[in-house]
Amino acid sequence: MLRLIVQRLLLLIPLLLGLSILLFGWVRALPGGPVQAMLGERYTPEAAAEIEAEMGLDQPLPVQYGKYLLRLLQGDFGTSLQSGRPVLEEFITRFPATIELTVVALVFAIGIGIPLGYVAARRSGSIIDHSAVVVSLIGVTVPVFFLAFILKYIFAVELGWFPTTGRQSATMIATHPTNFYVLDGLLTAEWDAAWDALMHLILPGIALGTIPLAIVARMTRAAVSEVQNADYVRTARAKGIKPARLRSEHILKNAMLPVVTTIGLQVGLLLSGAVLTETVFAFSGIGSFLANSVFRADYPVMQGFILLIAVVYALVNLIVDVSYGLIDPRLRRQQ
Amino acid sequence: MSDNPEKKTVKETAEPTTASSTGTSAASSAENSAESSAENVVLRVENLCVDFRTENGAARAVSNANLTVERGQTVAIVGESGSGKTTLAMAVLGLLASNGSVAEGHIWFKDEDLGKVSPQRMAQLRGTELGLVPQDPMTNLDPIMQIGRQIDAGLIDNGLRTRRDARTRTVELLDEVGLPDARARAAQYPHEFSGGMRQRALIAMGLSGRPALLVADEPTSALDVTVQRGILDQLSGLTQELGTAVLLITHDLGLAAERADTVVVMYRGDIVEQGPARQVLTAPQHEYTKRLMAAAPSLASRRIEIARERGLDEVLDDALLAHGEETTAEADVLVSVKDVSKVFSIRGKGLFSRSTGFTAVDGVSLDIPRGSTVAVVGESGSGKSTLARMILDIEKPTTGSITFDGGVVGAGNHRDQIAYRRRVQPVFQDPYSSLDPLYSVFRAIEEPLRAHDYGDAAARRARVEELADQVALSKGQLQRFPAELSGGQRQRVAIARALALSPELVVCDEAVSALDVVVQAQILQLLAGLQENLGLTYLFITHDLAVVRQIADRVLVMQEGRVVEEGTVDSVFDSPATAYTRALLDAIPGKDLELAL
Repeated sequence: MLRLIVQRLLLLIPLLLGLSILLFGWVRALPGGPVQAMLGERYTPEAAAEIEAEMGLDQPLPVQYGKYLLRLLQGDFGTSLQSGRPVLEEFITRFPATIELTVVALVFAIGIGIPLGYVAARRSGSIIDHSAVVVSLIGVTVPVFFLAFILKYIFAVELGWFPTTGRQSATMIATHPTNFYVLDGLLTAEWDAAWDALMHLILPGIALGTIPLAIVARMTRAAVSEVQNADYVRTARAKGIKPARLRSEHILKNAMLPVVTTIGLQVGLLLSGAVLTETVFAFSGIGSFLANSVFRADYPVMQGFILLIAVVYALVNLIVDVSYGLIDPRLRRQQ
Repeated sequence: MSDNPEKKTVKETAEPTTASSTGTSAASSAENSAESSAENVVLRVENLCVDFRTENGAARAVSNANLTVERGQTVAIVGESGSGKTTLAMAVLGLLASNGSVAEGHIWFKDEDLGKVSPQRMAQLRGTELGLVPQDPMTNLDPIMQIGRQIDAGLIDNGLRTRRDARTRTVELLDEVGLPDARARAAQYPHEFSGGMRQRALIAMGLSGRPALLVADEPTSALDVTVQRGILDQLSGLTQELGTAVLLITHDLGLAAERADTVVVMYRGDIVEQGPARQVLTAPQHEYTKRLMAAAPSLASRRIEIARERGLDEVLDDALLAHGEETTAEADVLVSVKDVSKVFSIRGKGLFSRSTGFTAVDGVSLDIPRGSTVAVVGESGSGKSTLARMILDIEKPTTGSITFDGGVVGAGNHRDQIAYRRRVQPVFQDPYSSLDPLYSVFRAIEEPLRAHDYGDAAARRARVEELADQVALSKGQLQRFPAELSGGQRQRVAIARALALSPELVVCDEAVSALDVVVQAQILQLLAGLQENLGLTYLFITHDLAVVRQIADRVLVMQEGRVVEEGTVDSVFDSPATAYTRALLDAIPGKDLELAL
């Protein structure tokens, strides 16, 4: 287990080095380069030369990359052109929002997807099975932004059950020690603030969780269908196992192996930022901020966020890989 | 050595050998039938019909089956796959697939009709009164649950033990089936067990409720002969001790003869013959039983085979007698393996620990004369498949050299290697997984022709049709896909594919091991015919000694990477020089039965 973790962390080094080279080259390959992008309409050759000298852009590329890398190692991801704040700080303040949204989306996807898939497989060919197939088909095919708009229109605008935008109502006065708003509300015993933050998460969470829900439901259905016909399930019945134990210990647990893989991949995707959903709900996570920085040509933010998201994605996958071992003893030995 | 007297001795000695080696089972059978009475009957199947619902209506899998199993008795149901033998057994246990049902008849277990009782009652009986030892030890244990826990669960759910003392009983049970170090083993997972150990665990599981009736569905067909023997001994010892009635499902006639009191022969859902084991197998009445007997891989030497086919005169022909004698030095050697070893490195456990070497093949030398058949036998892990892979140039030897028709294998450039592939072709064990499911039969056979730029489309088509003809596949079958073919047909496709490029050497790695006896005999006949017509050279890799005797000229016995014995088939089989070979030969079920033929 330890060996796996160390190996994977070591593998992260070449991965991030490669990515940093790509990002470094990408910014320099842009039309006009970063200087023109920074100056925009204020561009004059003199101003450009001044900035180039200031930023060391007149030096040879390998030297520039070396310096860039050195700054990265010191945790300096540059400064946002929009806000003038360090990129790392921008990331750290917004990432908790994305994590909260991911958790809600996952609870929705897993909480409904696994039971739905399980029932569909156990009652193969029934109405529940057919409707599960239809639901999951809709789930994967409906575009997320469209679903987000519809949900917002019906449940927030028309019915008024949920707030329309943001992470917290403007009128709510709350303190934020951790930037996880729901958690903050609970920690500081500001129950109404916690509830308010939670309500803000529901609609974007559902919109974001729909695709994972569909995928998890389909995966569960396929896995349970296969496992329930496995030889060892028949053998377990032959030795007189109680149906409840058969379902929970033999069928569900074995069927969860491929489902966990799927969920792991989804977590990585969700944590990478939900650009569309966050934009529709004006939710200030890393996705909407990254999208804004693209529109405003904020290159340091793009570079830094992409690198940080890659780190998060890799770490999440590592955690998922390690967790397989907890379910599947066969992997423990390999690991 | 002349053939006639030898045959005579075989015939004469057959009866006494038979009687002595299975004396116990014969005696207990007589005992049983003597005291046979209604209260001794554990299972009585009456006019049983089992149907499966399919898209084309009901399909009858078992029709009008009648059989009786008494206390302490072993009844074997023999038949090829699809004969309905497993369906019958599953009907008894109430474990038919969801589309199967008992259509007519009764399954009397003691005084209950299992075809009529509620699912709840059936579930109660399973694990207490009824036990199952399933077929494949690899797929019948839950891979993510500890072995001990899988047995505990049955004991607890059947109310035989409490949660607290279930494990103690489980350890006793595992100990009873001969699993060493049972307490520690119980905490392990299936993947940490060998096939034989898993099967022992499954037997412990099947007997955990001390059932009155144990259904043993091909309990050892997936295991090596030596392991098979040990496990069957354990199983019959235990069931005899406990007085358990056993319904043994098998396709292996030898095994049935050796282990059962009564043999029931099934064919396409019908019971075609039943009676005392010895009587059914030595004097079969029904045509199908006779066919099954004829097809059973014989331990009798090839000469006896030929005698059976063509009459005695042919056998006396000098050429045939010479067959199987030591080949002379000047024989044309096609493949020569010289002192070849293969070491695989295994990664160590720790983070930075060194990898260690595992010697799969250790200093093996052999010659394969052109036009002959050489067999390499051994248990799994003996290195026989690695040897075959080196001859196929899939693996490189660590040391030593292999020459083919004078040239060193694997030495040339890419072009030489491709040329080599054309001359040496493999046929693998599993016809289910060695064919691409998305390729039609035609395309599967045509593929090597395309890969090696054989003619144009018309020429290739002609060649494929010629090959299909050689392996007795019809033109209609060429358009089918592997999933639509039987195991035997698939193996024919695999052989046709191997022959497409007119190779000189065909390496058959367990090529007939996955097939039923009848189909196995057909494929072996096909291979023998092809050898005669095309002058092929065969290297047979197998764990099945009976197959070796049927087809090979020379045999090498491998154990732990080394060749422990080598010689002509007759000399190795008649006078095995090493204890290991003797153990392998002794372990073949129904050996005495073969001699009785």
